[in-house]
Amino acid sequence: MLRRLLKDFRFGVLPVPGRLLAVIFFVFLLIIPVITGARYTLHLFNLIAIFAMFAVSWDLLSGYTGQVNFGHALFFGAGGYATALLSHHLGWQPWATVPLAAVIAALVGTLTSLPALRLRPPYLSLLTLAFPLILEQVLKAVPKEIAGGHYGLRGFAPLATSPVGEYYLISIVMTVSILIMWKLTDAGSKNIRTGLIFHAIREDEIAARATGINTIRYKILAFAIGGFFAGLAGALYAHVFSAVGPSVFSMVNSFTIIIYVVFGGIVSIYGAVVGVYTLYPLVELLRGSAIAGYRFLIMTGLVILVLLFMPEGVAVWIRDKIERECPRCKLSNVAWRKQCRACSAPLR
Amino acid sequence: MIEQLIVLTVLRGCLYSLLALGMSLIYGVGRIVNLAHTAFFMLAAFGLYYFTVRLGWPISASIVVAVVGVAALGLLVYRYLLDRIRQHGAAVLIVTVALAMAIQELMLKGFGSLPGSIDPVLQGRREILGIIVYDQQLLTVGIAAAVIVILWLVLSKTKLGISIRATADDPEVASLMGISVSRTLMVTMGIGTGLAGVAAVLVAPLQGVIYYMWLAPLTMVLVIVVLGGLGSIKGSIIGAFIIALVEALVFTLIPTMAYLYTVAALAVMVVMLVVKPAGLFGTLFEEERL
Repeated sequence: MLRRLLKDFRFGVLPVPGRLLAVIFFVFLLIIPVITGARYTLHLFNLIAIFAMFAVSWDLLSGYTGQVNFGHALFFGAGGYATALLSHHLGWQPWATVPLAAVIAALVGTLTSLPALRLRPPYLSLLTLAFPLILEQVLKAVPKEIAGGHYGLRGFAPLATSPVGEYYLISIVMTVSILIMWKLTDAGSKNIRTGLIFHAIREDEIAARATGINTIRYKILAFAIGGFFAGLAGALYAHVFSAVGPSVFSMVNSFTIIIYVVFGGIVSIYGAVVGVYTLYPLVELLRGSAIAGYRFLIMTGLVILVLLFMPEGVAVWIRDKIERECPRCKLSNVAWRKQCRACSAPLR
Repeated sequence: MIEQLIVLTVLRGCLYSLLALGMSLIYGVGRIVNLAHTAFFMLAAFGLYYFTVRLGWPISASIVVAVVGVAALGLLVYRYLLDRIRQHGAAVLIVTVALAMAIQELMLKGFGSLPGSIDPVLQGRREILGIIVYDQQLLTVGIAAAVIVILWLVLSKTKLGISIRATADDPEVASLMGISVSRTLMVTMGIGTGLAGVAAVLVAPLQGVIYYMWLAPLTMVLVIVVLGGLGSIKGSIIGAFIIALVEALVFTLIPTMAYLYTVAALAVMVVMLVVKPAGLFGTLFEEERL
């Protein structure tokens, strides 16, 4: 077992810079509390991890399956409000409410998919945009005793007793969720077919249907999975802040993660992660600096510039610079190799 | 009650059709969902405010500069930002959202978070069907109607209009016929933002200017454009009046919960899409049909 892992690492990870960077990144996440125990830093990294999950779930639904959802905050907010209502009215503990909230968000995703199934891209996006906006206003109109009205609900039990414990809990949930979503969307996987089918639906739905795939079922599945992980992120978010309000459904919340994903690189799980882990800390860093008032201006300017010169996203652009796919065996190689490391076919 | 509904619907419907026309035009011709459309509307309104109130220019000169300036900015934005990434739908979307947010931040930095007001061109008011209507509102209706007629004439009679419609029908064939697709799209974008500018200079004196004034119209315009069918000129005008009627109904029937007007409009859109997935007058191309 250990030997096999070592072998995988030696031949599967070390020769491919992208995978090596991913491993280094996860090791870095694990040792952050050793480097600094500051509450603020841990809190910041918790939020980034939550937004990374949220962004990756959008990429799975909209990037991979092509169901471009402009209202992903619906699932995030549904998860947040579900855990909030359960702990506020029934007094349940987070270990029960958070998974239940994710399941409820998956149900919301399934329900959303029903009217969305008939629609073509721009209409689908605008329909999904409508749902969270409706809910945001309706929640403000609902009596305060039920859902807190304008100010929302606050004061739930924390996820863990110490900040470090909370950090590890969220990091592990984030890592596992992203790995699951990566496996589900991996078109090359031999055991799980969903990745290939999601790609097929995005590229040509009619052709996918003609080959005997029940595209309706897989589109509903994509909505449910996207809803589940977005809801999980929303529930964790509610507990990290110990508060949740109608603004989680706002248009800004939906569009921010789309900006992260497109900035990092759409239709690539790592692109979403890179986008969140670059832009979120950047905005936070600018907050403490002398030009704090201009941080959103800088961020939007940066996004526009990056997309002009690398329309496929930063992470994809970098990966294409440091990796090259072997034309014969489709194995990834370091860009500066002359021959493929497995079949020694000449590269380029 | 009925009279109030009619007057409110006509007044709002004209504003919304001006806004929706520009948005629908650029989507219909270039398949570009320009989420910065109402940000251009806001920019023109702030331009008018800056020229008349801060610089003290005469109102006619300010109006011309604001509208032409916003139209020119639309041309530039298309030429230098959108044209290069037209093939990447997601990137276009994000660039327009980012642009809208950048414009909002600029307005917030430049003019502060307090609203500003502009003196209307026409000061008087009169009574129509028992409702008090400002002359400025009547001017809005007149100008909107004139602009729509002019736009229709341009699209159906001139060479420019023919090339715009040809590009909307089939960009590849249009470019085979010697039409420069990207130049046509640039001009269309300029017309679209110019229409937003016209709408802005008409309503800015009525409702004032504030840095978030682009958000609520954006929702409404998206609803209208979807309701009428993306890319359909007739659809967006009819959609604008339907949504204006819904808004007027909310304002007159439940005045205490008037802020729910966006919810009502969005609900109409959702029902519409469930019943008729391509909007009222939208057409789906063969390859887009499911």
